[in-house]
Amino acid sequence: MRKVLLPSLIILATSLLVIRIFYLQIVDDTLKLKSENNAIKKKYEFPERGYMYDRKGKLLVANQASYDIMVIPREVKNTDTLEFCQLLNITKEDFIKKIEKAKIYSPRLPSVFLSQLNKSEFAAFQEKIRKYEGFYFQKRSLRDYEVDFGANIFGSITQVNEKLVAKNPYYNSGDLIGRQGVEESYEDLLRGIKGVKYIQKDKYNREIGSYKEGKYDTIAIQGEDINLTIDAEIQKYGEELMINKRGGIVAIEPKTGEILALVTAPSYDPGILVGRQRSKNYTELYRDSIAKPLYDRGLLAEYAPGSPFKILTGLIALQEGVIDANTTVFCNRGFSYARGRFMGCHCHGGALQLHRGIFESCNSYFATAYMKTINKYSKPAQAVDIWNNHAKSFGLGQFMGYDLPTGKRGKIPSSKTYKRMYPNGGWRSTAIVSNSIGQGEVVMTPIQLANMMATVANEGYYYTPHIIKKIEGHKIDEKFTTKHVTTIDKKHFKPIISGLFDVYNLGTARSLRVEGIDICGKTGTAENFTRIGGVKVKLEDHSIFVAFAPKDNPKIAIAVMVENGGYGATIAGPIASLMIEKYLRQKITRIDLEKRILATSLQSRYAKLGGLSEAVKLQIRISDSLLKKKTIIPAVKVKTDTTKSNKQAI
Amino acid sequence: MKNQSITNNIDWISIIIYVLLVILGWLNIYSSSLSSMEDTYEKQLIFIVLTIPLIFIILSVDGKFYEKYASIIFGISLLTLAGLFLFGKTIAGQRCWYAIGSFTIQPSEFAKAATALALAKYLSDTQINLKEVNRQIQALAIILLPVILILPQPDPGSALIYSIFIIVLYREGLPSWYVWTGFITILLFVLTLILEPQYVILIGLATLVLVHFKSRLADRNIILSSILFVIISGFVLSVNYVFENVFKQHHRDRFNILLGKTVDLKGIGYNTNQSEIAIGSGGWIGKGFLEGTQTKGGFVPEQHTDYIFTTVGEEWGFAGSLVVIALFAGLFLRIIYLAERQKTKFSRVYGYCVAGILFTHFFVNIAMVVGIFPTIGVPLPFFSYGGSGLWGFTILLFIFIKMDANKVNEW
Repeated sequence: MRKVLLPSLIILATSLLVIRIFYLQIVDDTLKLKSENNAIKKKYEFPERGYMYDRKGKLLVANQASYDIMVIPREVKNTDTLEFCQLLNITKEDFIKKIEKAKIYSPRLPSVFLSQLNKSEFAAFQEKIRKYEGFYFQKRSLRDYEVDFGANIFGSITQVNEKLVAKNPYYNSGDLIGRQGVEESYEDLLRGIKGVKYIQKDKYNREIGSYKEGKYDTIAIQGEDINLTIDAEIQKYGEELMINKRGGIVAIEPKTGEILALVTAPSYDPGILVGRQRSKNYTELYRDSIAKPLYDRGLLAEYAPGSPFKILTGLIALQEGVIDANTTVFCNRGFSYARGRFMGCHCHGGALQLHRGIFESCNSYFATAYMKTINKYSKPAQAVDIWNNHAKSFGLGQFMGYDLPTGKRGKIPSSKTYKRMYPNGGWRSTAIVSNSIGQGEVVMTPIQLANMMATVANEGYYYTPHIIKKIEGHKIDEKFTTKHVTTIDKKHFKPIISGLFDVYNLGTARSLRVEGIDICGKTGTAENFTRIGGVKVKLEDHSIFVAFAPKDNPKIAIAVMVENGGYGATIAGPIASLMIEKYLRQKITRIDLEKRILATSLQSRYAKLGGLSEAVKLQIRISDSLLKKKTIIPAVKVKTDTTKSNKQAI
Repeated sequence: MKNQSITNNIDWISIIIYVLLVILGWLNIYSSSLSSMEDTYEKQLIFIVLTIPLIFIILSVDGKFYEKYASIIFGISLLTLAGLFLFGKTIAGQRCWYAIGSFTIQPSEFAKAATALALAKYLSDTQINLKEVNRQIQALAIILLPVILILPQPDPGSALIYSIFIIVLYREGLPSWYVWTGFITILLFVLTLILEPQYVILIGLATLVLVHFKSRLADRNIILSSILFVIISGFVLSVNYVFENVFKQHHRDRFNILLGKTVDLKGIGYNTNQSEIAIGSGGWIGKGFLEGTQTKGGFVPEQHTDYIFTTVGEEWGFAGSLVVIALFAGLFLRIIYLAERQKTKFSRVYGYCVAGILFTHFFVNIAMVVGIFPTIGVPLPFFSYGGSGLWGFTILLFIFIKMDANKVNEW
């Protein structure tokens, strides 16, 4: 027994150690991870973001160098504080506070002393920086906007949020990422791929050299430059026309589905979301819940489209064979579609055919055509679904699949919708007749309206609208070059188009004719309501106008919506025709009309909306200072000084 | 007989293990020294080379020499320890070195071998019977003399090693209750730190009652049981008192870290945390020689001395750790096997001491590094950087190898 004690103890103790080491090395994974974080520092090299050009190759978005002044508190010696503060335009108190803050973080490690100085702010300091021991600078790349429009299209760059960091291994806390607009939808292309250098650290966090002689290091890959489908000229012009109004403009090239202009109003200069002011400005824009400058009305605003929807009602009725071009309806300044139910009409009344029905926008005509369509089938449910299918073939009632990150479905009702609304059944064509004139349950966004017009211009097909024109070395997504053909035969478009043409010649937009350009268009007004103190109040109608031009071989299809703009021909119509003229002719002949639209301000009308508290009004005043107010935007700056020359991956 | 080679009859197995351990130790010191600017691996190489003449001398000396002069060696050793109070050099708060120029020497590393010799000499007297209380006191005095000199340096790590001599005395006839008392004391101490004292007292009471009624009627002694209960209760309560009032904060912290009561990774917990990370990151086969990121980064403090095993764990993984542990365990068991084979009581006791001392160093060191023992400064034999340590262990081991080789010569 006495001989056995020590050997037993040895065997027991050794086993204990082996078990513990086994646990540490094999069972417990967390330690391995900790060691990686501990000893290896990943140093990232950020590639410059790709540039954005417009469809004609005009530079829209470039990059600018920005400078962070860094400090290592322990190394700061003999600083001439007075001169230093003057150069950086800070107070001595700031200086002391910032140094103290850096010291608290670490006396040994660098921290940011002053961030995101632009070139001119930095220039004076740069010459003297060697004098200040312990200070150095770090260059970063920020967006440099060559234009003061298109904020809603470009989106912006911001620091990635922690949720995404956890989800996407590419991003680390503090990295920049595109938010909204093209920056978001083409993030992967624009950002490039960052390079990584693995640095071996010691326990003081000092770098002691490259890890494994750089075996795992990678080089940064430059972001791709892209061309947008946007035409800078009309985008800029559209934003100017929309100043002091709220609403959206979407212009599409029918033959390709390329978005020529995407305007939302109110808007702001994209440059205010860069650099040191970004966070403050963004918060203000974000908190403006009244004018909603961050809300892209061209893509997101859903309205009952009103009269422009009659185009579809007509097409579907033609396709279903319930009317033809000569079908005559008698309009009695309105339409009695059921006992005691009367739909008013603004047309000149009398007997009219499809052609006049369109250019006079006769409610009676299209209500009749719609009811005929629905009544063609024995069951209204079946009929509504057939109608729904036709409408959806124009890209309505669904996300269209364009390459911008926000959107709304809009709505085209189906039998299911009515089953929900009338659980006991019994609904018939009379109950849903409002759909015929773009009210009732029909809801569309401006981009859907524009796409509908592009489809009509193409006589029956469209390409998914998109904002990307060209990526060097890549093909654009196949879905943008795939033709979507509607359920309406080509021959049915002819009478509709001729009617739309006469809207300008004889109809609701005859005051808006442009000499020498054959425009086909349609006015619209969308009723809208709000609740003030619990009471439903009817507000001024939204002014809507859709058009394409020229009639033969169309080059542009457009939808304009102006919130509370009133009748379609008063504001939206002129804006559409000016945009078309600008795009097709690059100059405006109707100076008076242009002047009138530029001078039109709906601000007093908007101010009356809703009973706003004093706090909200104050907020509006503050954020309004960020929004575009001036009526004439100075000519587009042409910057030659960009950081493009330094763009090669280092 | 006169001209026999010094290599005659020596135990090659022990020597091969020794050489392997020294080489492996040096490789790991080499790796860990790359992170610092110091040339520790060069110095250690010199120390290793110098062990060769040292071994030669030890093996050349007549086998009887150590037994004959054990008392004198012990006396000199005690003098060198005592001399530290007058001439010692203080490094990092510990006064345990003599400095001769830039060269420092730590006498406590040699005192272990001297104590082992003295104890062996004392016990080899055939008159000695450890059942007698005076003998027990005398034997314990031999052990405690160097401890008393080492503790105030302060070097609790070295002092701790001497506790293993109790096991040696037990092998030679010390009553078993010494070992039991020691074992129960440690158990109660740890339990008291983990649990509340009142629970430990309850457990003690329950155990005593159980033992009392399970034992034969004749052996039942209610008075003895009661006394034991009072002693246990007193001990448990005093542990708490000592822990809270006598221990200094850094002692308390070391235990608290171990018990998971405090998590302070930047302060006192740093060492253990870093060494666990380094070892844990090794995985099955490690990151490879010179590839340890933790080792290169110098995250583990004292990596070339007390924490040298972290390099083994990180760069050689579980496989490498297993090899090193197996080599050590093999050496200890071999020495015990050889000790039991000895013909004289002197060399048997000495062999036992050698195995015990090496084992205690090994266990305390690695247990600390892997976080199951409080932080205490004890080198890993043959591995850790340091001349005094290496030579102390070499002398300790090779005196025994010489005795073992000599046994055939004693009639």
